[in-house]
Amino acid sequence: MSATTTDPAPAPAGGPGPEPARRSAVRPGDRIFSGLSKGAGITLLVIMAAIAVFLTIRAVVAIRANEGNFLTTFEWNANADPPVFGIAVLLFGTVVSSVIAMVLAVPVAVGIALFISHYAPRRIAGAVGYVVDLLAAVPSIIYGLWGALFLVPHITGLYEWLDDFLGWTGVFSYDGSPARSLMTVGILLAIMILPIITSVTREIFKQTPKANEEAALALGATRWEVVRMTVLPFGRSGIISASMLGLGRALGETMAVATVLSPAFLINISVLESGGGTFAQNIASQFKEAGAMGRDALIASGLVLFLLTLLVNGAARLIIARRKDFV
Amino acid sequence: MSEIVKDKRDRGRAPEPTATTGAGGTGSSGGDPGDTGPVTAGPTALRRPRLPRWAPAGVALGSIAIGVLIGLLGNLESRVQWGLIAALVFVAATFVLTSAVEGRRQAVDRLAASLVWSSFVVAVLPLASLIWETIARGIPGVSWYFLTHSMNGVLSWQEGGGIYHAILGTLQQVVLASVIAIPIGLLTAVYLVEYGRGRLAKAITFFVDVMTGIPSIVAGLFVLSMWIMMLGFGYSGFAGALALAILMMPIVVRSTEEMLKLVPNELREAALALGVPKWRVILKVVLPTAIGGITTGVMLALARIAGETAPIILLVFGSNMINANPFEGAQSSLPLFVYEQWALGTQAAYDRAWAAALVLIVLIMILNLVARGIARWKAPKSGR
Repeated sequence: MSATTTDPAPAPAGGPGPEPARRSAVRPGDRIFSGLSKGAGITLLVIMAAIAVFLTIRAVVAIRANEGNFLTTFEWNANADPPVFGIAVLLFGTVVSSVIAMVLAVPVAVGIALFISHYAPRRIAGAVGYVVDLLAAVPSIIYGLWGALFLVPHITGLYEWLDDFLGWTGVFSYDGSPARSLMTVGILLAIMILPIITSVTREIFKQTPKANEEAALALGATRWEVVRMTVLPFGRSGIISASMLGLGRALGETMAVATVLSPAFLINISVLESGGGTFAQNIASQFKEAGAMGRDALIASGLVLFLLTLLVNGAARLIIARRKDFV
Repeated sequence: MSEIVKDKRDRGRAPEPTATTGAGGTGSSGGDPGDTGPVTAGPTALRRPRLPRWAPAGVALGSIAIGVLIGLLGNLESRVQWGLIAALVFVAATFVLTSAVEGRRQAVDRLAASLVWSSFVVAVLPLASLIWETIARGIPGVSWYFLTHSMNGVLSWQEGGGIYHAILGTLQQVVLASVIAIPIGLLTAVYLVEYGRGRLAKAITFFVDVMTGIPSIVAGLFVLSMWIMMLGFGYSGFAGALALAILMMPIVVRSTEEMLKLVPNELREAALALGVPKWRVILKVVLPTAIGGITTGVMLALARIAGETAPIILLVFGSNMINANPFEGAQSSLPLFVYEQWALGTQAAYDRAWAAALVLIVLIMILNLVARGIARWKAPKSGR
């Protein structure tokens, strides 16, 4: 900051001097402004670095004091003396609920994107696009409230049905308890990540070269064949990166999980029965009771979540960026 | 018999278009012998038989009737099941009918169309339900008293109380966050569009993208570890605002960048040719041209952070009393209020949670609508 304020001083002094010197000198206003905007950009980078550094510092403190194995311990007693905690359950719950969300959301999102870009009449398409954007604006806590007070009591019928037909697999066995399970969380997350996947894929589908579509139509292809032969191959990398953006959202979602899930530190093979937990949910629900060590432990788990989302989002952005160079 | 023959011929011809694309000019001669068949068979074969126009509506009515019938006979309680059965019957009947009359390719086309339409319905249902539940359960609780009183001294099972303290907290935190985030976001976008070249700009672009994906709880943990645990400040609205600012910055950068890129280069060149310094060109020409889009982006970012709960839990802590000073002591906020009331688990608290959720959703929808209104109003000037 001090550098930018002292810099302008010599420039006015050089002002009355010979012409060539003035032309080559950068104007003081320009120097301040470009310095400020560059500084703002660097601030963003510094914030990203600071997030990683500060979380790592606290995480190292916590992991040093940890008596259990950070990766494989099945309990979370960070406030005990000595502290024992591990992220195995949280990692399992986070990945399982996000995968359920992806499996449910991606096909539907691609369907809606196709609906908007290729199937719906123009008027309806605009309205649907607007509704999808609104869906994205609803705060997660309201999804959580709706999930806990409306979805949970209304979904038990589906779970009993799944139990009747697929209960033998073990994955879908259901004991009739309130449906506050990873499956419900996955369904809720699927609804929440639909908008982002839809809006990204929709944009990509709209960019499909018109010539390709018209060529397919001219050969007598039906609408579905046009979509299958031109739109989907063109949009494949877009669908992948949009799904990964949605995955990043699902991994880090806090409130919807914290309200719906009834947490327990165990890995339950059945996704329909309660139990399990996710990183973000565990942080939100344990925070108020956490002491100094408890907080450090929560920050350590937050660091794992941070790295996970960084990886997923970075990969998604790289795919998009590569595609941009390509087209 | 003739139906089957025609169907087979259709099937045989189905892959032909894709084959001719590869063959190029020679494809037409290859297609000739196949085409002469239908011509000699008579004029009716030139056009494929099609289902009559009323067929989809008829099939829909029929399948609804079957769904209701099965529902009544099977004694199924849930209306959702009736609907599902009707939908399945509709899809199956359409597929069978179309493949019998129009051929397999048309049938697959109709199947895909009904799948696409049903995915649209699947997406609209939860939103409709969510909005409906929030309005129906929220409206009874919203009153002038509810908006102008705090929760001070109200026990969890008691009726009454209000969200004044939460509204106050939300407004202060959002304003503080935008005071921090908007200048940094705007300047970064200006740097990326007007100045940025080379590796630094590429790194910033990449990390801004990655930053949009940071979970809100991680931003909260970062401010917790730095501001509260390391620097020793207490819980306050300002600490929450810091985390919200981190979440807001990348959104502002992204939207502003898009808008600045839309400003025609001729405007910049014309101003520069007149000898205007670059920074004045940016301030007086580029930014005013794009101001509509920038405002829209900022409003959408505001709507996004106004609903954030996770960092508020960690940093603002929550309070039942009115605290008008965001720099000192615990505050509340609307999303946090919803969460706290939900966690209390009594009917009176649930009612308050729904009412507060309704107020929050209305607030965010207003922000959204205003943002879109500005976008539409300013569109002809900047969106050229």
